Formats: sequence, C-alpha cells, structure tokens
Amino acid sequence: MDWGALHTILGGVNKHSTSIGKIWLTVLFIFRIMILVVAAERVWGDEQHDFVCNTLQPGCKNVCYDHFFPISHIRLWALQLIFVSTPALLVAMHVAYRRHEKKRQFRKGDQKCEYKDIEEIRRQRFRIEGSLWWTYTSSIFFRLVFEAVFMYAFYFMYDGFRMPRLMKCNAWPCPNTVDCFVSRPTEKTVFTIFMIAVSSICILLNVAELCYLLTKFFLRKSKKAGNNKHHSNHENKEETKQNEMNELISDSCQNTVIGFTS
Amino acid sequence: MSWGFLRDLLSGVNKYSTGIGRIWIAVVFIFRLLVYVAAAEDIWKHEHDEFECNIKQPGCENVCFDHFFPVSHIRLWALQLIMVSTPSLLVVFHVAYQENREKRHNQKLYKSAGERDGGLLCTYLVSLILKTGFEIVFLVLFYKLYNGFKVPRLVKCDIRPCPNTVDCYISKPTEKMIFLYFLVATSCLCIVLNLSELSYLIFKYFIKRYLKRYIKKHQ
Repeated sequence: MDWGALHTILGGVNKHSTSIGKIWLTVLFIFRIMILVVAAERVWGDEQHDFVCNTLQPGCKNVCYDHFFPISHIRLWALQLIFVSTPALLVAMHVAYRRHEKKRQFRKGDQKCEYKDIEEIRRQRFRIEGSLWWTYTSSIFFRLVFEAVFMYAFYFMYDGFRMPRLMKCNAWPCPNTVDCFVSRPTEKTVFTIFMIAVSSICILLNVAELCYLLTKFFLRKSKKAGNNKHHSNHENKEETKQNEMNELISDSCQNTVIGFTS
Repeated sequence: MSWGFLRDLLSGVNKYSTGIGRIWIAVVFIFRLLVYVAAAEDIWKHEHDEFECNIKQPGCENVCFDHFFPVSHIRLWALQLIMVSTPSLLVVFHVAYQENREKRHNQKLYKSAGERDGGLLCTYLVSLILKTGFEIVFLVLFYKLYNGFKVPRLVKCDIRPCPNTVDCYISKPTEKMIFLYFLVATSCLCIVLNLSELSYLIFKYFIKRYLKRYIKKHQ
C-alpha cells in the first residue's frame, strides 16, 4: 500500500470530475505527491542524524530536536495529502452506489433502464447533478477546510515557513543555552515554500471549482423557473411528468435494501 | 510479500461487504495502512540508534531500551493491522468452499438463496466479532505495555549493568505520541463501524424473520 494505490483509487474519480477537478488532481499527483516522494523525503531523510548541538551532554540533542520539531515537515505533508485526497472518496462511493443501483435495475429487466449491457453501465460517466452535485460540492468544501487547517498548523508550529540555520536551546538536560544547527536549512526552506505555493494553487483551484458549480446550479435553477413560467405547452407537461416518474423510480431504487437480501 | 498482499485480500472481500463494511475497508486502507507506510514507519526507523543514555557503560543503553520497549510501537501497529484484516479471510474461504462444493456436485446444494445467504451471514458476523475483538485486545495491549499512550522524553533506568539510575532520552517523543493518538482514534473509529455493521445486520435479520412469519400466518 503506497501512494500508487491512492493514485489508482483517485484515478477512478477523475472521470466524474469537472475540468477544474481534473487539473486539481493532476497538480496533486505531480506537484505534491511526486515531489514529496522523489525529492522532499531525501532532503528530510537525515534530519535528526545531522541535527548537531554544540554540547557533549547526552540527551540534549534529542530533547532539543523534539522541542523544535514536534512533528516533522515531511510527516505533516504526508498527512495533509492523505486528508486532502480523502473527500474525493465520497464522490467515488456515491458513484459506485449509483452504478450498483443501475446494475440491479438492469438485472431485474426493468424497461425504464436505458442501457444495453453491464459494460455500458460500468463505463458510463455520471453528470454532476442532483444528489451527486451535493456530494461533489461537500467534498470540495472539506478539501478546502483541510488545506487551510494544515497550512495554518504549519505556520503556527514553525513560526512561518523559513527554516533557520541555528536554534538556541536550553531545555533540560542541556547545561545552558546551546547552539543547535539544522541540516540543509536552505534546501528545506526552498521545498517548504514550494509546497506552500502548490497548496495555495490547489486552494485557488478548489475555490474556482466551487464557484463554477454554484454558478451552474443557480443558472440551471433560473432556467427551470423561466421554462415553467413562460412555456406551459404540452411538450413541457410531458417532460415534467417524465422527470417526476424518473425521480420516483430513482427514489424507490435508493430505498431498497442492499446487502445480503439482494 | 508486503502490504500489497493485504490490500489485495481486502479488495477481494469488498465484493461481499455491506455499505458500512466498504467504509471500514476504505478507513483501513487510507487512514491506517497508507499512514503507516507513508509516514509512521520512518519515525520509528532509527529509534534504537537515537535512544541515548547519559552513561558510557557499555550495554546499559541496550538493556534500558529493551526494558522500556519490549515490543516497539511500530511492530505492534503492524501486527494489529494484520490481525484486524485477517478475519475477512473467513468470508473469502466460505464463498470459495461453497462454490467448490457446488462445482463438485454439479448442482445447487441449497434449495433457496436465503439458506445459502444465512450461512454466509453467520460467517460474516463471526468475522465482524473477531475484528472488533482484535482491535480491543491490541488497544488494551498498547495501554498496558506503555502505561497509556504517552511517550515520555526522559525515562530513568537502573537495570544492570547500569551502575546507578541513569537518564535515558527517547528520540522524537512528541511525533511518536501524535501518531499513537492517531492510531487510537482510527482504531476506535473502526470499532464503532464494526459494531454498527453488526447491529445493522442482526436487526435486518430479525426483521426479515418476523416478516416471513407474519406473511406465513396470514396465508
């Protein structure tokens, strides 16, 4: 189990995302996960080993390191990436649930089911409307929240995004205020700023996607209201009747119990 | 042989799980397995090398480390993940056994789908109970072995050959504590999911039986 498995799971969500969502997923995998695995992990690889304090007192180095780095940058980023990817699973589960319902409809031989075979159901791309819209929008909202929380945690824990060369430490058992030197501070600063920048880009993409979805939702609503007001002819009556029937069918499908009784 | 095997096993069970079971599998994959491999393993990588005692006496550090960490947190975590995923094998074996029997006798052995599902339901319930049991056992083990889920910065050790009570310093105690709390939180979440799935299945079973009896009475 590694980042590749996460890629496989999230890749399935890609099909049902908006274009902005697809860009976000690409940025996540190439500029964050790949950079983390290929480069950042090496930079932080020797962090405690090469953290040196100007004292021979045993234990001082351990205590000072623990004081200045309660949780390593690398681990915080890994957690951030895991938490930020997880809301997309909500969408994947919702799509899987819908597919399952459609497959059951198809197997029952329901006339209303418009698919020719199971393969078509498997390959079908669902449009982001109805309950899927709500799931998708909530997942973007949670993504934003997680990104913001982790960026704030970073800023709060490390007093900004710079990695200093020298830290002064006087935690016990250090006999007095000792100088401790961080390994590769400039390289770590560069990567920290890079990851923060890409995080900000991801936040912007999520905000843009949220605005796009909300705009589409309100436009669709106003179109429907407009249609209902001005066009009261026979064709629309049939369309609304068909929509109601479709809603009834989908409601009854959703209320059916899944699991061992199926 | 690595975690990929566990991943394949759990993916295979996905087919026979309920909705809550699939959420449990997702939680185990993403919040436990992935966090373990991607983050936690590295924290405990050099724990023995970085464990430092304020003494030059050879052997003292080794003995103290062994006293305070009989089994390392990370190994217990790995064991917990393996033991908690293994009951799902019962379901896979049961399905394979049934299919094998049907193939051998070249006929459907059960008169109705309900009868067959009843056996599988039993196996599934047993696997849920075992999963929950293992989770609780490991949480209690963690608590008892390490006196809670805290990782102290300093431990005092006076075992031979240490000449007196020496101060020993654990590396990265705060980071280890954060990840231990994360492990406990995800464990508890998995216990809650297992218990809800158990109650849901039992409740559904009794409702079905009651309805069948009710329909038979009125026929």
